[in-house]
Amino acid sequence: MTIFERSVDGRRAAQLPPSDVDETPIDELIPSGLLRSEPAELPEVSEPEIVRHYNRISRRNFDLDTGPYPLGSCTMKHNPRLNERVAALSGHARLHPAQDPKRAQGALELMWLLERSLSEICGLPHVSLQPSAGSHGELAGLLLTRAYHASRGEEHRTKVLTPDTAHGTNPATVTMAGFEVVKVATNEKGGVDMDDLRSKIDGDVACLMITNPNTLGLFDPNIAEITSLVREAGGTLYYDGANLNAIMGRSRPGDMGFDIVHVNLHKSFSQPHGGGGPGSGPIAVSDRIEPFLPVPRIVRTESSNGNGAGPSYDFAYDRPESIGKLRGFAGNFGVFVRSYAYITSLGGDGLTEASETAVLNSRYLHAKLAEGRAGKYLPIAFDEPAMHEFVLSGAEAKKQLGVRTLDLAKRLLDYGFHPPTVYFPLLVDEALMVEPTETEARESLDALAGAFDAILAEAEEDPGTLTEAPWTTPVRRLDEAAASRKPVVRQPKG
Amino acid sequence: MSRYTSATDSDRAAMLEAIGAGSIDELFESIPPELRLDRDLELPDGLSETEAFDHLASLAARNADADSELCFLGAGMYDHYSPAIVDAIQSRSEFLTPYTPYQPEVSQGGLQAMFEFQTAISELTGLPVANASLYEGPSSVASAAYLALGATKGRRKIVISRGVHPHSRQTLGAYAEGFGAEVVEVGLKGGTTDLDALRDAVDEDTAAVIVQNPNFLGAIEDLDALGGPGREAGALNVAAVDPISLSILKPPGECGYDVALGEGQPLGGRLDFGGPSFGFFAADEKHIRRMPGRIAGETRDVDGRRGFVLALQTREQHIRREKATHNICTAQALNALGGIIYLSWLGKRGFTELGELLVRRTAYARQRLTAIDGVELLHDAPVVREFALTVDAPDGVPALLDRIADDGIAAGYPLAREYPEYEDGLLVALTERRSRADIDKLARSLERALHGSARDSERELEEVGS
Repeated sequence: MTIFERSVDGRRAAQLPPSDVDETPIDELIPSGLLRSEPAELPEVSEPEIVRHYNRISRRNFDLDTGPYPLGSCTMKHNPRLNERVAALSGHARLHPAQDPKRAQGALELMWLLERSLSEICGLPHVSLQPSAGSHGELAGLLLTRAYHASRGEEHRTKVLTPDTAHGTNPATVTMAGFEVVKVATNEKGGVDMDDLRSKIDGDVACLMITNPNTLGLFDPNIAEITSLVREAGGTLYYDGANLNAIMGRSRPGDMGFDIVHVNLHKSFSQPHGGGGPGSGPIAVSDRIEPFLPVPRIVRTESSNGNGAGPSYDFAYDRPESIGKLRGFAGNFGVFVRSYAYITSLGGDGLTEASETAVLNSRYLHAKLAEGRAGKYLPIAFDEPAMHEFVLSGAEAKKQLGVRTLDLAKRLLDYGFHPPTVYFPLLVDEALMVEPTETEARESLDALAGAFDAILAEAEEDPGTLTEAPWTTPVRRLDEAAASRKPVVRQPKG
Repeated sequence: MSRYTSATDSDRAAMLEAIGAGSIDELFESIPPELRLDRDLELPDGLSETEAFDHLASLAARNADADSELCFLGAGMYDHYSPAIVDAIQSRSEFLTPYTPYQPEVSQGGLQAMFEFQTAISELTGLPVANASLYEGPSSVASAAYLALGATKGRRKIVISRGVHPHSRQTLGAYAEGFGAEVVEVGLKGGTTDLDALRDAVDEDTAAVIVQNPNFLGAIEDLDALGGPGREAGALNVAAVDPISLSILKPPGECGYDVALGEGQPLGGRLDFGGPSFGFFAADEKHIRRMPGRIAGETRDVDGRRGFVLALQTREQHIRREKATHNICTAQALNALGGIIYLSWLGKRGFTELGELLVRRTAYARQRLTAIDGVELLHDAPVVREFALTVDAPDGVPALLDRIADDGIAAGYPLAREYPEYEDGLLVALTERRSRADIDKLARSLERALHGSARDSERELEEVGS
């Protein structure tokens, strides 16, 4: 049942403050032609019913706090509750965004400190926290690229090179930013095909947009050569930092030659994932891109009067070459608080350890899987040492056992695990992308590997156990095609 | 070992052995040596939980938040009361810590909440289809323009009222530079969009006409009239709307608009210094396949039971890549959940009562504040809960606001920050949390800040109150 179906005429939860002013009829204050004729049909429910309804449906969700969620490319690391506590402090949660910056110094300092931390981690001098998500950071990066080339009179640069190992958002962003997608092939080792890249570089290249480590979990060993080729051709270099958590403290995009990096705060620096958001996608950039960054920028002024007063912070809007704004106000501040809490909790060493453990866990899980039946039916897609995530191909399982990657995933649900990402990246047949993250304990990785083995043993006996799975979930396999053929996207009016 | 990981030294040794690696360094060998960072990150050492808490709390303490002062700030985000159940339900781990519902069989709670949220947004806006949220308000405006360009192939012009939130116009400007649209701004006349100028601006090349209701100055626009030119020219009409105002104002769907969108923060969301919040987005049915963002849809499982899934994923970037209708890869699902809980809490009657309370208190506030010498209405158009004044402050509005802040009051938003033409302009917003006594307090403080005394105002108070 939905909350609308629970509605009973006359029930209510809210009691509003009493009217303490004249009860003037509304149509004397607003012309009736501008007024709503019928109230919106919102549910009429009491508070206990609301609480019970949402608690009841919440139990029909799998969540990270209950079990492993090795969703490759999404980085489901533990969500520290300290972050929630500090984000909920009224000084943060109840601060109005139009507050005079003089009376929001703590917030501006926090943002400045977060910018400086991301700058150090990315190896690039300037940071804007404004973009709302990774894909928003991508769009920012391409709009910055457009502004950069325009400032040099090079509007003819229209091509964006995107390796086919890129996140799906990359090509979509390229199109949205008005550029042309030029795909670059992948070589047999899972990296950029250098010959293909060379053949596609010319004077019309605006940007190279690359994910590194890429969506196969592989660090491209040719990255320095790739960046120098594109730079020599006059293009900008965009680093999709969605996988930054694999290299934090070990290597930096700026040092690799990149101009623009986006950071998914919710991936690399822990956030509640909340059903897919909210996240935040700050960008770190090189000197040549800096003039075009969105407004407002945060500026710090050291006290000059010598009386020991601390620095002060302000928003700067007067930036003539800026691309403008990409959203309201200054960004997802509540997300900044949580990520900044995470960074200060871990410190430089802790961040480096997080990356190391993420890679260790991933490599370990892969080794454990390879020892069992997964080694036979689900080989790694590219036989190269992966970083924090790896991609298996279910093509053999399909051929030998008659089960698809989707069937495996659905059966994992019965075992109490959230499945890895399925059918991504697109260049791997029957792909299964696994990312355990650093916060899973060894026992949990062993249990996951054990579940895979047990499920593949079932498939050897009776593939139907998998192809008809899941059996024990709140609902069984759902008809997704029907939901798109004739979409029902709201409660019918009753 | 950090407190968020579990690998002990002996775990590490055993795991390295299982991999066949001699050291952690070996795991990073695919990074060319010259690209490895050969030093520690220059960041402070990690803090214990109590130290980290204290540090973050000391930063928070340096902000004047809406608990520590009387807040009359609006400009797109509002200090409405968020009921306790919003926090309580949002902080349940099943809602707080799952990801995008890629496996619907174990994500029914989140998907159902999205479906319920969509239904509520359809009800508010009077449009048949809604998505499960976008980032926030202003970028949703840019997304609507992008949708319109796709839906009116070949057209390249976006006409937008100067009454639309400056952040939305600036965001649209940045996006439009990317997707190659021309943005034409139509000015205001008497506080509302200049209909004649709008008519002149709209032509056969116009893909969308975008207005905001109530507009940034708080004025209620005549959506019916403003929709005329766009409709005649075959452009899409887009309304950015304040969701709370939809409790009493005619919804865009009833005025024949193609798209309605807005900032969701007023629906039980935190202020959070501007984010995260959520953008809502509703449209006519014919645009559903072009609509950005996630959409939950109803379906059946193999046993015939009702269930929910992500519908129309074929529009999305993970399948269609460069042919996707948008690059958005997220929904603000957690905050949208807060929105549907809030609307359920208010319910059908409470929602209307809230709107009416705001309209009446705002009428009182307009009367009360303009009784002060030197304070006038910037426009006399009808308003819901935000209104613009001109204040004859000899040393300027910012200095005036500083003096009022000394009384613990954030009196409003200086319009000159975004509208140089309103140098003396002050935008004041109310919510149900600002009582008549609070409004009186603001009036006294404003009067003192202007004239050094609140005596006139006290007299007016008696008159207004009688």
